[in-house]
Amino acid sequence: MLSRTASSLYWLGRYVERTDFIARLVEATVRLDVLSPRPAGEAAWASALAVTETDAAFAKTGQSISQNPVARFLTVDSSHPGSIVRALDMARNNARAVRTALTKEAWTGINRAWLIFDNRSSPGGAMATLNLVEAVKAETRGFEGAVHRMLRNQTTWFIRLGQAIERADNTARLLDVKYHILLPKGESVGGVVDRDQWTTILQTVSAVTAYRWLYSEGLKPANVIDLLIARSELPRSLAASVEEAVEILNLLAKRTGLHGEADRMARNRHQRLSRTKSGEVITQGLHQYLQGFIAENDNLHLAVGRQFKFS
Amino acid sequence: MGQAGSTTPRDELAALGAWIETTPDAELRRRQQSAEATFRQLGITFAVYGESDASERIIPFDIVPRIFLADEWERLSAGLVQRVEAINAFLHDIYGERRILAEGVLPPDLIFGNPQFRPEIAGIRPPHDIWAHICGIDLVRTGPDDFFVLEDNARTPSGVSYMLENREAMLRLCPELFRDFHVAAVDSYPDRLLETMKSVAPVGVAAPVCVVLTPGHYNSAYYEHSFLADSMGIELVEAADLVVDDDVVWMRTIAGRVKVDVIYRRIDDDYLDPLVFRPDSMLGVPGLIAAYAAGNVALLNAPGNGIADDKAIYSYMPEIVKFYSGGDPKLPNVETWRCREPQALKYVLERLPELVVKLVDGSGGYGMLVGPTATKAEIESFRAALIAEPHRYIAQPTLALSTVPTLAAAGLAPRHVDFRPFVLTGSKGVQVVPGGLTRVALKEGSLVVNSSQGGGTKDSFVLMDNGAGAEPKGQLQSQTQSQEQVS
Amino acid sequence: MRLAIDHRTTYRFTSPQARLTQLLRLTPEDTHDQSVAGWHLHVDCDARLRYGRDGFGNRTTMLYVEGPIDSIEIHVSGEVLTNRSHGIVHGGHEPLPPQLFLRETPLTTPNAEIASFAQTIDESDPVARLHALNLAVHRRFALCRGKPVAGRTAIEAFAEGEVSARDLAQVFVTAARTLGVPARYVSGYSPACVDVADARPAPHGWAEAHVPGLGWVAFDPCTGLCADEAYARVAVALDSAGAAPVAGSRLGEGEELLDVDLHVDRTSGQ
Repeated sequence: MLSRTASSLYWLGRYVERTDFIARLVEATVRLDVLSPRPAGEAAWASALAVTETDAAFAKTGQSISQNPVARFLTVDSSHPGSIVRALDMARNNARAVRTALTKEAWTGINRAWLIFDNRSSPGGAMATLNLVEAVKAETRGFEGAVHRMLRNQTTWFIRLGQAIERADNTARLLDVKYHILLPKGESVGGVVDRDQWTTILQTVSAVTAYRWLYSEGLKPANVIDLLIARSELPRSLAASVEEAVEILNLLAKRTGLHGEADRMARNRHQRLSRTKSGEVITQGLHQYLQGFIAENDNLHLAVGRQFKFS
Repeated sequence: MGQAGSTTPRDELAALGAWIETTPDAELRRRQQSAEATFRQLGITFAVYGESDASERIIPFDIVPRIFLADEWERLSAGLVQRVEAINAFLHDIYGERRILAEGVLPPDLIFGNPQFRPEIAGIRPPHDIWAHICGIDLVRTGPDDFFVLEDNARTPSGVSYMLENREAMLRLCPELFRDFHVAAVDSYPDRLLETMKSVAPVGVAAPVCVVLTPGHYNSAYYEHSFLADSMGIELVEAADLVVDDDVVWMRTIAGRVKVDVIYRRIDDDYLDPLVFRPDSMLGVPGLIAAYAAGNVALLNAPGNGIADDKAIYSYMPEIVKFYSGGDPKLPNVETWRCREPQALKYVLERLPELVVKLVDGSGGYGMLVGPTATKAEIESFRAALIAEPHRYIAQPTLALSTVPTLAAAGLAPRHVDFRPFVLTGSKGVQVVPGGLTRVALKEGSLVVNSSQGGGTKDSFVLMDNGAGAEPKGQLQSQTQSQEQVS
Repeated sequence: MRLAIDHRTTYRFTSPQARLTQLLRLTPEDTHDQSVAGWHLHVDCDARLRYGRDGFGNRTTMLYVEGPIDSIEIHVSGEVLTNRSHGIVHGGHEPLPPQLFLRETPLTTPNAEIASFAQTIDESDPVARLHALNLAVHRRFALCRGKPVAGRTAIEAFAEGEVSARDLAQVFVTAARTLGVPARYVSGYSPACVDVADARPAPHGWAEAHVPGLGWVAFDPCTGLCADEAYARVAVALDSAGAAPVAGSRLGEGEELLDVDLHVDRTSGQ
């Protein structure tokens, strides 16, 4: 396989995952801000900007941090790399470049998601925004399904590797930012806003139901952190993403005979994470831990690029 | 209609007539729309030049096939082979010994003053001495057996994917036609092309690695590039995928470098190698020409071919064919006045409203005056341009192009067509693919068939046998005319 | 005359390059009046070199370097022996006819000013006319001591007061072609220009024009004279880009800094 093809497939995976993540984040933030009993307002939207690392870019627009401008900024604004429309644009460009490697179904999933934003300059009000992100999620789900129905070969694996690495990054950022915002507030732990905030995290990673299944004692921050970091049952947890990266690299190694630093790095990370106790992480400093994880994830990303000669 | 294989031309053409008669217009239209919907889904699109939004369009498809009788095709093929052989001989000569200039057949300034003559590659011998591996020769017809070459395309002729996709659509939508007609298959084209590519690999390469080189997915013909690579089962590469080291071309794969022996390149000469052609270009593969000059890679088509299909050279093609083949051209040119010659210029200026005037270096129907349909202002602006830079123009008579039945808004109607067959040249010889791209001017009375100017395409049936040997010539002609009205 | 040449070209990159591909035209060739007595091309890193010729008949060296690389020095040195020939080039390798050298290139496209400048030369004898043109170009400009401006066209140079040797040669070539005289750019080495203008050492550029009956005649608008025995010819082309000593492509970020060190020493006699 051409290095460029592999690289495009990998980036396609990353951008589709990013699209999906931003969509979920916007969805959860709208719910938190508008639909919860005590609207969270500015803080909710500020944290959404922080998670996508677009706070500085948004500040430059001079708009107030509230639902309409921020939701617009994170969905239809193509002027910065943190919006759904830009992530989709990048996903589609990469898909086009490898058009013949994809099935028609996979391609149309991306293309249809992209067409949702054709000539769209506003996500609309709360309900319209929820509908918009729901439509995006439906298409990315469709794409995901199509990828799973494709031949089990490098094409699929490079897409899924990109998704796994992007997902690990997204979850780590989400947890880092939310935790940062939540703790210093001085709100009584277990208060109503707090509850809503923690629910937002679960919604963003589609884990509301999973949480109830796995933890019987009601919503507790330590459990949420445990779920998102250490429980590999949850597909969007760090543990699951890390495990998936190892598995996919293994499949690639078997098929291509290419085995190297990326495999070693992913395996080491996986072993470490499987021994990690979330409680210890919290006492030793979650922020530091997550920052370390994000940096390590970036290094794995670079190692993948080197191992498969992306550039 | 009778058994395939035992039909006469009369039967064949009657069969098409009967099919057209018995299939309701609405049904034809439904099938046509179905074909176009498929093309859109597949993304068989092209970008229209000069439109700011670079919109992607499909080329309109006409459901009524055009038919070539077997003996008609045989004569045409012989002419095409002769012409393409001459083009190869000419390129070989002009970048080497230049015998044709020494013998005074062509004026030297026509070559040396022509930007299409590339001094940068003078002296390079391509592997097996083949230059124009893939040629598309544009033909028009003015009478039963009167085919004329309108234009040679010896650089990177496109359109072959339409030939193949149109046939696919016809097989799916009108299977009954293939029962009644014994149509030569075109679907072997990718195999023949790959065979051609392998046959011109540098000598000594046992299992040559072949690739298609595309400018990328923003290019208007990207669909065709990916289609061809896919159907040949070879990699579709961009310049950045290739690296030249030690005068050898490699492609970058996830498993490391793989040596490349044959490149079907669909990028222009200018963008092949920034070290040789366009130093300002960030595109291209640095060192590619060095690898080519060292004989380590075959480029299809060879760089520098523009000198063979340039419109200024076109008017000399009969002399060129004669010079290299030793015989008269089997396929004539359209009569052409070279405006660089004062007498011709005078003649052209006197008859502008009757003539077609073309820019020597224009293409795609741009920079062209069609006298009979032009406004007075258009004619006058061309007159001024001609007087200012006569060497940039040629003029031709407005041809009485043949028409074929085409499904128009109001039902079937005659429309003007041209035809581009594809000719492959490998180290084992020249072959003409039995079919091609028929382009049709969809506007009533229009003579411009270019897709960028509202033209469409239709399938071209080459019949495998029509018992023509047993038919009196006159009858054949009248039958041909009944299908193709000469206007 | 014996010309001893020692020429170092150093590229430094502000960040390491993954790959370097260069086409070098740094190897002179024997003609009737020029013999190359020993010539060495040395690169200071692990490079693969391949030798060939370009379409103009110039000797070329393809240089391929795998990175990471942050600098490269290309060193050519050797001796060229020349005879007095009044600028007439005999016995060169000429794969292309003079006629080809009438065509313009982006760097040598004339405008009305250059054309009328050439038209003012009032000489009917072809050689005298070229001499006069050479002198006119020489007198019109002051020689710039700085580096040549990359990519500067003849038209741009013509509008300046102070230009490089390369610009002078390109203006001459452009102007000569407007008179219907085939003309080309020559790159090579000469101490002559340094003597005249006290310029920085750099590979030199001059021009050749084709005169029926004589063949190619070399003119140096830097001196206003014919290029004679103090010139070592290396490459010819339609313009300075085509005859450039180094045409390069690199894969990597950052800037490229070029440093040239050149010594051309002459000793008379052989």
